[in-house]
Amino acid sequence: MTEQERLDAFNAHVASGGKVEPGDWMPDEYRKAVLKFVEMHANSELMGVLPEREWIMRAPSLKRKLALTAKVQDEVGHAQLLYRVAEDLGKSREAMVDDLLAGKTKFHNVFHYPTKTWADVGVIAWLVDAAAIVAQQALRESSYAPYARTMKKICWEESVHIIHGRDVLLSLLNGTATQRAMVQEALDRWWGPLMQMHGPPTDPTKDRDLAWRIKNKSNDNLRQEFLGIYVPRIRELGLTLPDPELRYDEASGRWLFTEPDWKELYAVVTGHGPMSQQRLAFRQMNYAATQWVRDAMLATPRVAA
Amino acid sequence: MDVYEVFRQEREGEPMRHAGNVLAPDRELATHYAREFYSRRQESIRLWVVPRAAIEQVDDPDLLQPPLDRSFKKPTGYVIKDKLDAARVRGGLP
Repeated sequence: MTEQERLDAFNAHVASGGKVEPGDWMPDEYRKAVLKFVEMHANSELMGVLPEREWIMRAPSLKRKLALTAKVQDEVGHAQLLYRVAEDLGKSREAMVDDLLAGKTKFHNVFHYPTKTWADVGVIAWLVDAAAIVAQQALRESSYAPYARTMKKICWEESVHIIHGRDVLLSLLNGTATQRAMVQEALDRWWGPLMQMHGPPTDPTKDRDLAWRIKNKSNDNLRQEFLGIYVPRIRELGLTLPDPELRYDEASGRWLFTEPDWKELYAVVTGHGPMSQQRLAFRQMNYAATQWVRDAMLATPRVAA
Repeated sequence: MDVYEVFRQEREGEPMRHAGNVLAPDRELATHYAREFYSRRQESIRLWVVPRAAIEQVDDPDLLQPPLDRSFKKPTGYVIKDKLDAARVRGGLP
Protein backbone atom coordinates (compact mmCIF):
# COMPACT_ATOMS: atom_id res chain seq x y z
CA MET A 1 0.00 0.00 0.00
CA THR A 2 1.39 3.42 -0.89
CA GLU A 3 1.41 6.22 1.68
CA GLN A 4 -1.41 7.96 -0.17
CA GLU A 5 -3.57 4.81 -0.24
CA ARG A 6 -2.98 4.34 3.47
CA LEU A 7 -4.04 7.93 4.16
CA ASP A 8 -7.11 7.63 1.94
CA ALA A 9 -8.13 4.42 3.71
CA PHE A 10 -7.74 6.14 7.10
CA ASN A 11 -9.79 9.16 6.01
CA ALA A 12 -12.54 6.91 4.63
CA HIS A 13 -12.53 4.86 7.85
CA VAL A 14 -13.04 7.85 10.19
CA ALA A 15 -15.43 9.62 7.79
CA SER A 16 -17.74 6.58 7.88
CA GLY A 17 -17.79 6.54 11.70
CA GLY A 18 -14.80 4.23 12.21
CA LYS A 19 -12.80 4.36 15.44
CA VAL A 20 -9.08 4.78 16.09
CA GLU A 21 -7.28 3.05 18.97
CA PRO A 22 -3.92 4.27 20.36
CA GLY A 23 -1.93 1.44 18.78
CA ASP A 24 -3.49 1.87 15.33
CA TRP A 25 -1.69 3.59 12.50
CA MET A 26 -2.81 7.22 12.17
CA PRO A 27 -1.52 10.19 10.17
CA ASP A 28 0.75 12.48 12.16
CA GLU A 29 -1.60 15.41 11.58
CA TYR A 30 -4.51 13.44 13.07
CA ARG A 31 -2.41 12.52 16.11
CA LYS A 32 -1.42 16.17 16.60
CA ALA A 33 -5.00 17.41 16.15
CA VAL A 34 -6.40 14.94 18.72
CA LEU A 35 -3.58 15.75 21.13
CA LYS A 36 -4.20 19.50 20.84
CA PHE A 37 -7.94 19.03 21.35
CA VAL A 38 -7.62 16.70 24.35
CA GLU A 39 -4.82 18.73 25.94
CA MET A 40 -6.92 21.91 25.80
CA HIS A 41 -9.81 19.98 27.33
CA ALA A 42 -7.56 18.60 30.12
CA ASN A 43 -6.17 22.09 30.81
CA SER A 44 -9.71 23.43 31.08
CA GLU A 45 -10.69 20.79 33.63
CA LEU A 46 -7.58 21.54 35.70
CA MET A 47 -7.95 25.34 35.56
CA GLY A 48 -11.74 25.14 35.81
CA VAL A 49 -11.62 24.14 39.45
CA LEU A 50 -9.92 27.38 40.52
CA PRO A 51 -12.93 29.72 40.21
CA GLU A 52 -15.08 27.29 42.21
CA ARG A 53 -12.38 26.46 44.70
CA GLU A 54 -12.49 30.08 45.86
CA TRP A 55 -15.95 29.40 47.32
CA ILE A 56 -15.30 26.16 49.19
CA MET A 57 -14.38 27.99 52.40
CA ARG A 58 -17.32 30.37 51.98
CA ALA A 59 -20.03 27.83 51.12
CA PRO A 60 -23.23 28.66 53.03
CA SER A 61 -23.71 25.22 54.63
CA LEU A 62 -21.81 22.03 55.31
CA LYS A 63 -23.85 20.16 52.68
CA ARG A 64 -22.98 22.77 50.04
CA LYS A 65 -19.33 22.64 51.07
CA LEU A 66 -19.26 18.85 50.68
CA ALA A 67 -20.96 19.03 47.27
CA LEU A 68 -18.67 21.76 45.99
CA THR A 69 -15.57 19.94 47.24
CA ALA A 70 -16.75 16.77 45.51
CA LYS A 71 -17.33 18.71 42.27
CA VAL A 72 -13.83 20.19 42.41
CA GLN A 73 -12.46 16.70 43.05
CA ASP A 74 -14.42 15.36 40.06
CA GLU A 75 -13.05 18.05 37.74
CA VAL A 76 -9.46 17.37 38.79
CA GLY A 77 -10.21 13.68 38.22
CA HIS A 78 -11.39 14.54 34.68
CA ALA A 79 -8.13 16.42 34.09
CA GLN A 80 -6.21 13.32 35.18
CA LEU A 81 -8.20 11.04 32.84
CA LEU A 82 -7.76 13.42 29.90
CA TYR A 83 -4.04 14.02 30.46
CA ARG A 84 -3.71 10.21 30.41
CA VAL A 85 -5.47 10.04 27.03
CA ALA A 86 -3.17 12.80 25.76
CA GLU A 87 -0.03 11.09 27.13
CA ASP A 88 -0.73 8.02 25.01
CA LEU A 89 -0.59 10.32 21.97
CA GLY A 90 3.02 11.16 22.73
CA LYS A 91 3.33 14.20 25.02
CA SER A 92 4.40 13.80 28.65
CA ARG A 93 2.30 15.17 31.48
CA GLU A 94 5.22 17.34 32.65
CA ALA A 95 5.46 18.92 29.19
CA MET A 96 1.71 19.60 29.16
CA VAL A 97 1.74 21.18 32.63
CA ASP A 98 4.85 23.22 31.73
CA ASP A 99 3.19 24.53 28.55
CA LEU A 100 0.00 25.39 30.45
CA LEU A 101 1.89 27.25 33.19
CA ALA A 102 3.99 29.09 30.60
CA GLY A 103 0.82 30.24 28.80
CA LYS A 104 1.77 28.30 25.65
CA THR A 105 -1.41 26.22 25.62
CA LYS A 106 -4.97 27.38 26.24
CA PHE A 107 -7.87 26.66 28.55
CA HIS A 108 -11.57 27.51 28.14
CA ASN A 109 -12.61 31.17 28.23
CA VAL A 110 -15.11 30.76 31.08
CA PHE A 111 -12.36 29.93 33.58
CA HIS A 112 -10.64 33.30 33.10
CA TYR A 113 -13.40 35.22 34.93
CA PRO A 114 -13.86 36.03 38.63
CA THR A 115 -16.46 34.37 40.86
CA LYS A 116 -17.84 37.36 42.72
CA THR A 117 -20.79 35.90 44.61
CA TRP A 118 -22.23 32.55 45.71
CA ALA A 119 -24.67 32.81 42.78
CA ASP A 120 -21.66 32.51 40.45
CA VAL A 121 -21.08 29.02 41.86
CA GLY A 122 -24.65 28.11 40.86
CA VAL A 123 -24.36 29.67 37.41
CA ILE A 124 -21.06 27.87 36.73
CA ALA A 125 -22.29 24.48 37.93
CA TRP A 126 -25.63 24.75 36.12
CA LEU A 127 -24.95 26.67 32.92
CA VAL A 128 -21.21 26.46 32.26
CA ASP A 129 -21.38 22.72 32.92
CA ALA A 130 -24.53 22.47 30.79
CA ALA A 131 -22.85 24.23 27.87
CA ALA A 132 -19.85 21.94 28.36
CA ILE A 133 -21.95 18.78 28.53
CA VAL A 134 -23.68 19.62 25.23
CA ALA A 135 -20.22 19.55 23.63
CA GLN A 136 -19.08 16.55 25.66
CA GLN A 137 -22.10 14.43 24.76
CA ALA A 138 -21.24 14.93 21.09
CA LEU A 139 -17.65 13.92 21.89
CA ARG A 140 -18.84 10.48 23.06
CA GLU A 141 -18.96 9.73 19.32
CA SER A 142 -15.42 10.99 18.66
CA SER A 143 -13.37 8.95 16.18
CA TYR A 144 -10.56 8.70 18.74
CA ALA A 145 -11.91 5.82 20.81
CA PRO A 146 -10.09 6.38 24.16
CA TYR A 147 -11.35 9.98 24.18
CA ALA A 148 -14.92 8.89 23.36
CA ARG A 149 -14.86 6.31 26.18
CA THR A 150 -13.52 8.86 28.66
CA MET A 151 -16.28 11.29 27.68
CA LYS A 152 -18.92 8.70 28.56
CA LYS A 153 -17.59 8.56 32.10
CA ILE A 154 -17.18 12.34 32.35
CA CYS A 155 -20.74 13.02 31.12
CA TRP A 156 -22.09 10.68 33.76
CA GLU A 157 -20.30 12.66 36.47
CA GLU A 158 -21.18 16.08 35.02
CA SER A 159 -24.89 15.37 35.19
CA VAL A 160 -24.61 15.56 39.00
CA HIS A 161 -22.86 18.94 38.78
CA ILE A 162 -25.69 20.38 36.70
CA ILE A 163 -28.42 19.35 39.12
CA HIS A 164 -26.30 20.61 42.03
CA GLY A 165 -25.90 24.02 40.34
CA ARG A 166 -29.59 24.23 39.50
CA ASP A 167 -30.40 23.38 43.12
CA VAL A 168 -28.12 26.19 44.37
CA LEU A 169 -29.85 28.71 42.11
CA LEU A 170 -33.36 27.50 42.94
CA SER A 171 -32.64 27.93 46.65
CA LEU A 172 -31.57 31.52 46.02
CA LEU A 173 -34.55 32.20 43.75
CA ASN A 174 -36.94 31.00 46.47
CA GLY A 175 -35.24 33.35 48.93
CA THR A 176 -35.23 37.10 49.48
CA ALA A 177 -35.34 39.82 46.84
CA THR A 178 -31.61 40.38 47.45
CA GLN A 179 -30.91 36.71 46.74
CA ARG A 180 -32.97 36.80 43.53
CA ALA A 181 -31.12 39.95 42.44
CA MET A 182 -27.83 38.20 43.12
CA VAL A 183 -28.76 35.39 40.66
CA GLN A 184 -29.83 37.89 37.99
CA GLU A 185 -26.62 39.89 38.42
CA ALA A 186 -24.48 36.74 38.09
CA LEU A 187 -26.41 35.62 35.01
CA ASP A 188 -25.94 39.05 33.40
CA ARG A 189 -22.17 38.80 33.86
CA TRP A 190 -21.88 35.18 32.68
CA TRP A 191 -24.11 35.36 29.61
CA GLY A 192 -21.47 36.90 27.33
CA PRO A 193 -18.78 34.30 28.16
CA LEU A 194 -21.42 31.52 27.89
CA MET A 195 -22.38 32.63 24.38
CA GLN A 196 -18.70 32.70 23.38
CA MET A 197 -17.87 29.36 24.98
CA HIS A 198 -18.46 27.07 21.98
CA GLY A 199 -16.31 29.30 19.78
CA PRO A 200 -17.04 31.20 16.57
CA PRO A 201 -18.74 29.45 13.66
CA THR A 202 -16.20 27.66 11.46
CA ASP A 203 -16.30 26.79 7.79
CA PRO A 204 -17.28 23.10 7.92
CA THR A 205 -15.30 22.37 4.76
CA LYS A 206 -12.10 23.67 6.40
CA ASP A 207 -12.61 22.40 9.96
CA ARG A 208 -10.28 19.41 10.12
CA ASP A 209 -11.49 18.33 13.57
CA LEU A 210 -14.95 17.88 12.02
CA ALA A 211 -13.69 16.13 8.89
CA TRP A 212 -11.82 13.59 11.02
CA ARG A 213 -14.77 13.36 13.41
CA ILE A 214 -12.54 14.21 16.36
CA LYS A 215 -15.63 16.28 17.16
CA ASN A 216 -18.98 15.64 15.50
CA LYS A 217 -20.92 18.86 15.85
CA SER A 218 -20.01 22.36 14.70
CA ASN A 219 -19.51 25.16 17.23
CA ASP A 220 -22.62 26.89 16.00
CA ASN A 221 -24.82 23.79 16.32
CA LEU A 222 -23.59 23.20 19.87
CA ARG A 223 -24.58 26.77 20.79
CA GLN A 224 -28.00 26.26 19.20
CA GLU A 225 -28.51 23.05 21.15
CA PHE A 226 -27.53 24.75 24.42
CA LEU A 227 -29.93 27.66 23.79
CA GLY A 228 -32.77 25.30 22.84
CA ILE A 229 -32.60 23.44 26.14
CA TYR A 230 -31.58 26.16 28.58
CA VAL A 231 -33.19 29.45 27.51
CA PRO A 232 -36.69 28.14 28.39
CA ARG A 233 -35.39 26.71 31.69
CA ILE A 234 -33.83 30.08 32.59
CA ARG A 235 -36.83 32.16 31.55
CA GLU A 236 -39.40 30.03 33.40
CA LEU A 237 -37.73 31.14 36.64
CA GLY A 238 -38.48 34.80 35.90
CA LEU A 239 -34.86 35.52 35.01
CA THR A 240 -34.02 37.69 32.02
CA LEU A 241 -31.18 37.25 29.56
CA PRO A 242 -29.16 40.37 28.71
CA ASP A 243 -29.59 40.13 24.94
CA PRO A 244 -32.54 41.98 23.37
CA GLU A 245 -32.01 40.09 20.08
CA LEU A 246 -32.28 36.63 21.63
CA ARG A 247 -35.32 34.76 20.26
CA TYR A 248 -36.27 31.53 18.54
CA ASP A 249 -36.99 31.93 14.84
CA GLU A 250 -39.70 29.47 13.81
CA ALA A 251 -39.01 29.95 10.10
CA SER A 252 -35.35 28.91 10.22
CA GLY A 253 -35.72 26.70 13.30
CA ARG A 254 -32.75 28.49 14.85
CA TRP A 255 -32.04 30.84 17.71
CA LEU A 256 -31.17 34.41 16.78
CA PHE A 257 -28.91 36.47 19.03
CA THR A 258 -26.50 39.37 19.08
CA GLU A 259 -23.18 38.24 17.62
CA PRO A 260 -21.00 37.13 20.56
CA ASP A 261 -17.90 39.24 21.19
CA TRP A 262 -15.24 37.14 19.42
CA LYS A 263 -12.54 39.73 20.14
CA GLU A 264 -13.16 39.30 23.85
CA LEU A 265 -13.01 35.50 23.44
CA TYR A 266 -9.68 35.71 21.63
CA ALA A 267 -8.19 38.14 24.15
CA VAL A 268 -9.37 36.04 27.10
CA VAL A 269 -8.08 32.66 25.88
CA THR A 270 -4.71 34.14 24.97
CA GLY A 271 -4.19 35.12 28.60
CA HIS A 272 -5.73 38.59 28.74
CA GLY A 273 -8.90 37.77 30.68
CA PRO A 274 -9.72 39.47 33.98
CA MET A 275 -8.31 36.57 36.03
CA SER A 276 -6.01 34.79 33.52
CA GLN A 277 -2.73 35.76 35.13
CA GLN A 278 -3.89 35.34 38.75
CA ARG A 279 -5.20 31.84 38.00
CA LEU A 280 -1.99 30.81 36.23
CA ALA A 281 0.08 32.32 39.06
CA PHE A 282 -1.92 30.31 41.61
CA ARG A 283 -1.42 27.13 39.59
CA GLN A 284 2.33 27.83 39.31
CA MET A 285 2.60 28.42 43.06
CA ASN A 286 0.60 25.27 43.78
CA TYR A 287 2.68 23.19 41.36
CA ALA A 288 5.92 24.39 42.96
CA ALA A 289 4.57 23.84 46.49
CA THR A 290 3.68 20.20 45.70
CA GLN A 291 6.93 19.36 43.91
CA TRP A 292 8.19 17.52 47.01
CA VAL A 293 5.24 15.10 46.78
CA ARG A 294 6.07 14.16 43.20
CA ASP A 295 9.75 13.87 44.10
CA ALA A 296 8.96 11.59 47.02
CA MET A 297 6.68 9.39 44.92
CA LEU A 298 9.19 9.00 42.14
CA ALA A 299 12.30 8.63 44.30
CA THR A 300 14.16 5.34 44.02
CA PRO A 301 14.41 3.70 47.43
CA ARG A 302 17.85 4.21 48.91
CA VAL A 303 19.46 1.91 51.42
CA ALA A 304 21.07 3.73 54.34
CA ALA A 305 24.85 3.42 54.23
CA MET B 1 6.46 5.26 35.21
CA ASP B 2 4.28 2.51 33.77
CA VAL B 3 0.77 2.40 32.35
CA TYR B 4 -1.71 0.16 34.16
CA GLU B 5 -5.01 -0.78 32.53
CA VAL B 6 -8.00 -0.73 34.88
CA PHE B 7 -11.00 -3.05 34.68
CA ARG B 8 -14.05 -2.64 36.88
CA GLN B 9 -17.05 -4.67 37.95
CA GLU B 10 -20.19 -2.68 38.57
CA ARG B 11 -22.42 -5.31 40.15
CA GLU B 12 -22.00 -8.84 41.40
CA GLY B 13 -22.04 -11.33 38.53
CA GLU B 14 -21.32 -8.74 35.85
CA PRO B 15 -18.23 -9.04 33.66
CA MET B 16 -15.09 -7.04 34.38
CA ARG B 17 -15.17 -4.19 31.91
CA HIS B 18 -12.28 -2.05 30.74
CA ALA B 19 -12.54 1.36 32.44
CA GLY B 20 -9.40 3.18 31.34
CA ASN B 21 -5.84 3.42 32.51
CA VAL B 22 -3.52 5.17 34.94
CA LEU B 23 0.16 6.10 34.91
CA ALA B 24 2.03 5.20 38.08
CA PRO B 25 5.57 4.59 39.33
CA ASP B 26 4.60 1.31 41.02
CA ARG B 27 1.77 -1.17 41.54
CA GLU B 28 0.71 0.21 44.89
CA LEU B 29 0.19 3.76 43.63
CA ALA B 30 -1.51 2.35 40.55
CA THR B 31 -4.16 0.73 42.77
CA HIS B 32 -4.68 4.00 44.67
CA TYR B 33 -5.11 5.95 41.43
CA ALA B 34 -7.48 3.30 40.08
CA ARG B 35 -9.67 3.53 43.18
CA GLU B 36 -9.64 7.32 43.02
CA PHE B 37 -10.54 7.59 39.33
CA TYR B 38 -12.81 4.57 38.88
CA SER B 39 -14.67 4.15 42.15
CA ARG B 40 -14.64 7.56 43.79
CA ARG B 41 -18.44 7.49 43.62
CA GLN B 42 -18.73 3.88 44.74
CA GLU B 43 -19.49 2.85 41.18
CA SER B 44 -17.40 -0.35 41.30
CA ILE B 45 -17.35 -3.40 43.55
CA ARG B 46 -14.09 -4.80 42.17
CA LEU B 47 -11.14 -3.47 40.23
CA TRP B 48 -8.41 -5.23 38.28
CA VAL B 49 -5.24 -3.21 37.82
CA VAL B 50 -3.01 -4.76 35.18
CA PRO B 51 0.36 -3.57 33.84
CA ARG B 52 -0.23 -2.72 30.19
CA ALA B 53 2.99 -4.56 29.35
CA ALA B 54 1.37 -7.79 30.60
CA ILE B 55 -1.38 -7.62 27.98
CA GLU B 56 -0.85 -9.62 24.83
CA GLN B 57 -2.88 -8.03 22.07
CA VAL B 58 -4.20 -10.19 19.27
CA ASP B 59 -5.78 -8.20 16.48
CA ASP B 60 -4.59 -9.90 13.32
CA PRO B 61 -7.66 -10.10 11.07
CA ASP B 62 -6.25 -13.23 9.37
CA LEU B 63 -6.55 -14.96 12.73
CA LEU B 64 -9.70 -13.38 14.10
CA GLN B 65 -11.77 -12.56 11.02
CA PRO B 66 -10.62 -15.04 8.33
CA PRO B 67 -12.51 -14.47 5.07
CA LEU B 68 -13.94 -17.97 5.04
CA ASP B 69 -17.50 -19.21 5.19
CA ARG B 70 -18.10 -19.98 8.88
CA SER B 71 -21.87 -20.04 8.66
CA PHE B 72 -21.92 -23.63 9.96
CA LYS B 73 -20.81 -22.19 13.31
CA LYS B 74 -23.81 -19.90 13.61
CA PRO B 75 -27.53 -20.57 14.19
CA THR B 76 -28.31 -18.46 11.12
CA GLY B 77 -26.33 -20.95 9.02
CA TYR B 78 -29.22 -23.42 9.28
CA VAL B 79 -32.52 -22.74 7.47
CA ILE B 80 -34.80 -25.56 8.55
CA LYS B 81 -38.32 -24.29 7.94
CA ASP B 82 -39.02 -26.19 4.70
CA LYS B 83 -37.24 -29.32 5.91
CA LEU B 84 -39.16 -29.24 9.16
CA ASP B 85 -42.49 -28.89 7.31
CA ALA B 86 -41.62 -31.81 5.01
CA ALA B 87 -40.50 -33.98 7.92
CA ARG B 88 -43.70 -33.23 9.82
CA VAL B 89 -45.78 -34.32 6.79
CA ARG B 90 -43.83 -37.55 6.53
CA GLY B 91 -44.11 -38.06 10.26
CA GLY B 92 -47.84 -38.30 9.77
CA LEU B 93 -49.04 -35.50 12.02
CA PRO B 94 -52.21 -33.77 10.75
